[in-house]
Amino acid sequence: MADSLLHTLFALLVWPGLLGGTVLAWFLSWLSRKLTARLQGRQGPPFYQPFFDFFKLVGKQALLPRGLHPALFYGLPLFGLIAVVFSLALLPVSGAPGLSLSGDLILLVFLLEVPALVDVLAGFATPSIYSQVGSAREALLSLAYNLPFISALIAMALYLGSFRLEDFANAPIGPVTVLAAIALFTALLARLKMNPFSIPNAEQEIVGGVHVEFNGLPLALFELTHALELAALSGVIALLFLGPVSAPWLRLLLYLLGSILVVALASLVSAATARLKVQHAFRFYWTWGAAASALVFAAALIF
Amino acid sequence: MPGILTRLINISRRRSPWVFRLNSGSCNGCDIEIGPCFCPRYDAEQAGALLQGSPKHADILLLTGPITLRTRDLVKQVYDQIPAPKAVIAIGSCPASGNIFAGSPTIVGSAEEVIPVDLYVPGCPPRPGSILEAIRTAAGLLEQGKTRSQQEARHG
Repeated sequence: MADSLLHTLFALLVWPGLLGGTVLAWFLSWLSRKLTARLQGRQGPPFYQPFFDFFKLVGKQALLPRGLHPALFYGLPLFGLIAVVFSLALLPVSGAPGLSLSGDLILLVFLLEVPALVDVLAGFATPSIYSQVGSAREALLSLAYNLPFISALIAMALYLGSFRLEDFANAPIGPVTVLAAIALFTALLARLKMNPFSIPNAEQEIVGGVHVEFNGLPLALFELTHALELAALSGVIALLFLGPVSAPWLRLLLYLLGSILVVALASLVSAATARLKVQHAFRFYWTWGAAASALVFAAALIF
Repeated sequence: MPGILTRLINISRRRSPWVFRLNSGSCNGCDIEIGPCFCPRYDAEQAGALLQGSPKHADILLLTGPITLRTRDLVKQVYDQIPAPKAVIAIGSCPASGNIFAGSPTIVGSAEEVIPVDLYVPGCPPRPGSILEAIRTAAGLLEQGKTRSQQEARHG
C-alpha cells in the first residue's frame, strides 16, 4: 500500500509528472519557438528562455482584475495544471513506475480536456470583451478538434481490444497506428492553439484571448500548463510508435525522439500557415477530420 | 533558499523583458522603427523580449509620440495596468521635449509629467538598434531594482 502510494507520488512529482515533465515541456516549447524563429529567418530565443519566462512571471505582482473572484483567479490555472500533471503521470514511459489501470485511456482523454475547459471558464469569468470572444472560440473549436482526437483513440482501442495505455505503447506499427497518429496530429494543432488554428488566442485580433487579464503567478501557471500540454500530447502520439522495441532505454529514446519530431512538424505547419476563421477551422475538422476518423476506423476493422 | 529564489527572479527579469507598445499621438514613425526590432535583422527574441498585446503581460512600456491632452489619462491608465516591477522607455524626441510640436496647446510638454520615464531614446525616429539597446538596458535596470517605479516603491 505504502509502496504504491510512493510510486504514485513519484509518477506525479518526478517522472513523467511535474519535475521531469516540466524539463521536457520547457525543452519542447523552446524547440518550437526556436524552429519557428529559424523558419522566419530569425535566430530565436536561447534554450533556457521558457525557464526564465516562468520565473519572471512568478516574481511579478499579481493584479486582480475587477469583477473576478480571487478563488477563480488563482484556482482555475492551478486546476488546469494539476489535471495536465495527472495526465502526464499516466503515460507509460520507461523509468516511470507505471500507474497502469484498465481504462486509463478514458481518464487521459478526460484529463487532457481539462485545460481547454479551464481556459473557457477563465475567459468567461473575466470581464473583458477579448477574453469572452476568445473563450467562445475555444469552446466552439473544442467541439471540432475532439472529433478526430477521440475517434482516433477509440479506433486504436477497438483495434487493440483494450483501453489501457500500456497496450497502446506496445501496439505494433501498422496502417492503423499511422492513420491514428495523423488524426491525432491534426487535433494537436488546435489543442495547442497553434497556427492555422490559433483562433482562441489570436494576438492580433483579440490580444491573446482568454488570458488577456491574467498576470503574475496565474499567467505563469497558464504558460506552464500550456508547455506541459505540449509534452503530453506529443507524448501520446510518440507512444503509438514504441511497439517494436523492448529495451527500456531505447523506448525512452524513441519516446523523446517521437515527441521532438511531433513538435518539429507542428512548428513547421504553424510557421507555414496563416490563421483560419473559426468557421473554416470547424469545417476543416468536420470534413477532413471526419474523413481521417472514418479511415482509422475502417483500418482498425480491416487489419 | 528565499535568497536564491529572489536572485533567480532578478536574473529572470533581465532575461525575459516583455514589451508593450503605446502610441500616445505619435506620427507612427517610431512605431515603424519598433517593428524591425522583432523582425529577422534585429530579432529581440534572442534577448528574451517578446511583444505582448496586453499591458498586464508586459514588463516594459514603449511610449511613442508626444502625449496629447486626449491620451494623457489613457497613458496613465495603461501604465497603472502593468504589474510591478515595470520600466518605461520613451521612444523618439516627442515624449522628451515635444519635438516639432513643442509649445502646442494640445500636448503635454514632456512625458515626465504623466508617468515616470526610465530611459529616453532620442531621434526622429531613432534607429531600431538604439531601441533594442534601450530594451536591454531597461531589462538590466529591472534586474538591479533601479527603475524609477521600483525605487519609488522602496522609498514609499
